[in-house]
Amino acid sequence: MASNVVMPPLRAGASNRLWRVFANHLATLAAVGATIVVMAPLIAIFGYLLYKGASSLNFAFFTQIPKPVGEVGGGMANSIVGSGVLLAIASLMGVPIGIAGGIYIAEFGRNKRLANMVRFTADVLNGVPSIVMGIAIYTLIVVPQKHFSALSGGVALGIMMIPTITRTTEEMLLMVPLNVREAALGLGVPNWRSVLSITLRTASPGVITGCMLAFARVAGETAPLLFTAFGNQFWSTSVNEPIAALPLQIFIYAISPYDEWHRLAWAGALVLIVLIVVSVALVRYVAGRGVLKGAS
Amino acid sequence: MAGQADVTQRTESGASPGGEPSPSPVRTYLLNCGSSSLADRTFSFLMLLCALSIFAIVLLILIELISGSKLTISKFGMSFFFGSAWDPVNGNFGALPFIYGTVVSSILSLIIAVPLAVGVAIFLTEMCPAWLRGFLAFFTELLAAIPSVVYGLWAVFVLVPLLRQYVNPFLINTLGWSGIFAGPNYGIGMLAAGVILSIMILPIISSLTREVMSAVPYAQREAVLALGATRWEMIRMGVLRNARIGIVGAVILGLGRALGETMAVTMVIGNRPEIARSLLAPGYSMASVIANEFSEASDELYLSALIEIGLALFIVTIIVNALARVLVWAVTRGAPVRGT
Repeated sequence: MASNVVMPPLRAGASNRLWRVFANHLATLAAVGATIVVMAPLIAIFGYLLYKGASSLNFAFFTQIPKPVGEVGGGMANSIVGSGVLLAIASLMGVPIGIAGGIYIAEFGRNKRLANMVRFTADVLNGVPSIVMGIAIYTLIVVPQKHFSALSGGVALGIMMIPTITRTTEEMLLMVPLNVREAALGLGVPNWRSVLSITLRTASPGVITGCMLAFARVAGETAPLLFTAFGNQFWSTSVNEPIAALPLQIFIYAISPYDEWHRLAWAGALVLIVLIVVSVALVRYVAGRGVLKGAS
Repeated sequence: MAGQADVTQRTESGASPGGEPSPSPVRTYLLNCGSSSLADRTFSFLMLLCALSIFAIVLLILIELISGSKLTISKFGMSFFFGSAWDPVNGNFGALPFIYGTVVSSILSLIIAVPLAVGVAIFLTEMCPAWLRGFLAFFTELLAAIPSVVYGLWAVFVLVPLLRQYVNPFLINTLGWSGIFAGPNYGIGMLAAGVILSIMILPIISSLTREVMSAVPYAQREAVLALGATRWEMIRMGVLRNARIGIVGAVILGLGRALGETMAVTMVIGNRPEIARSLLAPGYSMASVIANEFSEASDELYLSALIEIGLALFIVTIIVNALARVLVWAVTRGAPVRGT
C-alpha cells in the first residue's frame, strides 16, 4: 500500500492480533449502528406520514376547494388540478427539449468536447437551488406580464426538468448496443430515422421512466412556485392567472396556526408522496428488466 | 451523413463494372425514403440546439439575476455581503446574517450527516447481505425523492417538539456553559434546521459514496485481504484510501444541496435576521429570506437586495457543484461496469 500509511510498530504475539480483531468488530458495529441510526428516523418519517395522511384523507379532499378559516372540511381539488396544469406545461416544455439534448450527447456528440461540456453543465444545473430558478423566471416572465401566472410556474418547472431528462435519456441510449444502430444503417435507413425509430424506441422504457422521475421530482417543488404560480384559493385553470399547486398549498397550511388546515396539509403530503413513490417504484421495475438489462 | 454517401457510392460502383443487377427495389425504396442529407442535417442541428439550451438556461439565469440586482450592486458594492443590517423600511441592506445562517446550518448538517452516510455506504457495499441491500437502496432512493415541503411538515410537527422537550434541555444542561447551546429553548432554530438538513442530504451523500466505493476494483480488496488484513483494515486501506477523493466530492455535493435547500429550512429555522452564538437561537438563511420576503418586497431596492442574495446563492452552488462533479468523476472515470 501507499508508503505514507503510518503503521503501528508490529508487536509480536497475541495483543496486536487481539487489537486488530477488536477494531474489526468495532468498525462493523459502527457501520451497522450508523445504518440503524439513519434508517430509524427515515422509517419514522414515512410511517408517521402514512398514519397522519391516511387518517386525514377523505373524499371531500378530492372534490372541494379550500374553505375559509374556522370552517371545518374543504379540500384541495383546485390544487390538484392546478398542479396538473403546471405539470402539463412543464412537461410540454421539458420533455422534448430534454430528450433531444440527451439524443445529441449520446448519438451525435460521442467523445466530443462539446457533449462533455453539455453533460457537465446539466449535472451542475441539477444542483442549482430551485428558488433561484423561481427568481429568474420572475424577472423574465412575471415582471413584463405584471402579474403572477400559471404559465410562469410551468416554465420554471419545465426548465428544472430539462437537465434531469437529458442525463437519463443519454444514459439509456448509451445502453442500446451499437450493432442495433449498425443494422439499421446497414439497411440504408437514414440516420435520423435510425435514431428516432430504432435507438430511441429500443431505449424507450428507460427514457419514459426517466421522464417520470423528473416529473415526480418537480411535482413536489414548492420554492420556484412561490412567486411564479403564486397559489390561489379558488378554482382557476387559466394559464394567465395565478394558480394553486399541491406543494404550495401544503406549505401555506403547514405554517398556519389552524388544526383543520394542518390536517389538510398531511392529507396533501400523502397524496404527493403516493404519486412519487409510484413513479420511483416504476422506474426501478422498468430499469431492472427488459432488453436493456445487461446490454451495454 | 457520411455513412449515407458511402452506401450510395458502393452500390453504384458495385453495379457498373460487371454489369451486375441493379440494387434491389427494397434498397432503392429505403434510399429514397426521406433519406436526403438535408433531413439528416436538420435533425442533428435540432438536437444540437436542444443540447445547447442547457447553456442558454445557465446564461439566462445569470443575466436575469445580474440585471435584477443592479440597484444594490451599484449602491452597496461588496459591503452588501459584510453588513448585518436588514432594514427594508430605511433601505439599508446587508446579507451577513443570512450568509451566516446558511453556512452554519449547512456545516451543522454535514457534521451530523457525513459520518453516518459513510457508515451506511460501508455497510451497504462491504457487509450487507444482498437481499437487504436491494431494499435499503430502494428506500434511500425513495427518501431522496420526497419533496422538501414534506420534510418541513414533518419537522414542524414531530422534530421540533422532540427537540424542544427532550434534546434541547439535555444540551443546555450538559453543554450550556460553552454558550453554543444556551438561551431560550424555542425548539425552532439553527439546530432544528441543521438536523432536518442532515436527514435530507444523507441519502444523496450515501448513495454517491456507495457509487464511488464500488468503483474501486476488486483486485485492490483481494490484495489487501491476501496480506492478512481484517475486513476493517481492508476497507480502510483498500477501499476508503482509494475512494477518498470521490467521497469528498459526494460530501461537497451534499453541501451544495444543503446550501440551496429552501422550504424545510424556512419552516424550522425561525426566520430572525440576527447572528446569535447559540445554535438554539432562531436564525435565517439566504434561501429562506428569498422565499419569505420576495413576494412582499414593496420597493425596487428591497427586491434588488433579495435578487442579489439569489445571485450569490446561484454562483456559490454552481462552484460547489462543479467541484463536486469533478471530484466524483475523477474516481469513477474508467471504473469497471458495476454489477450490483
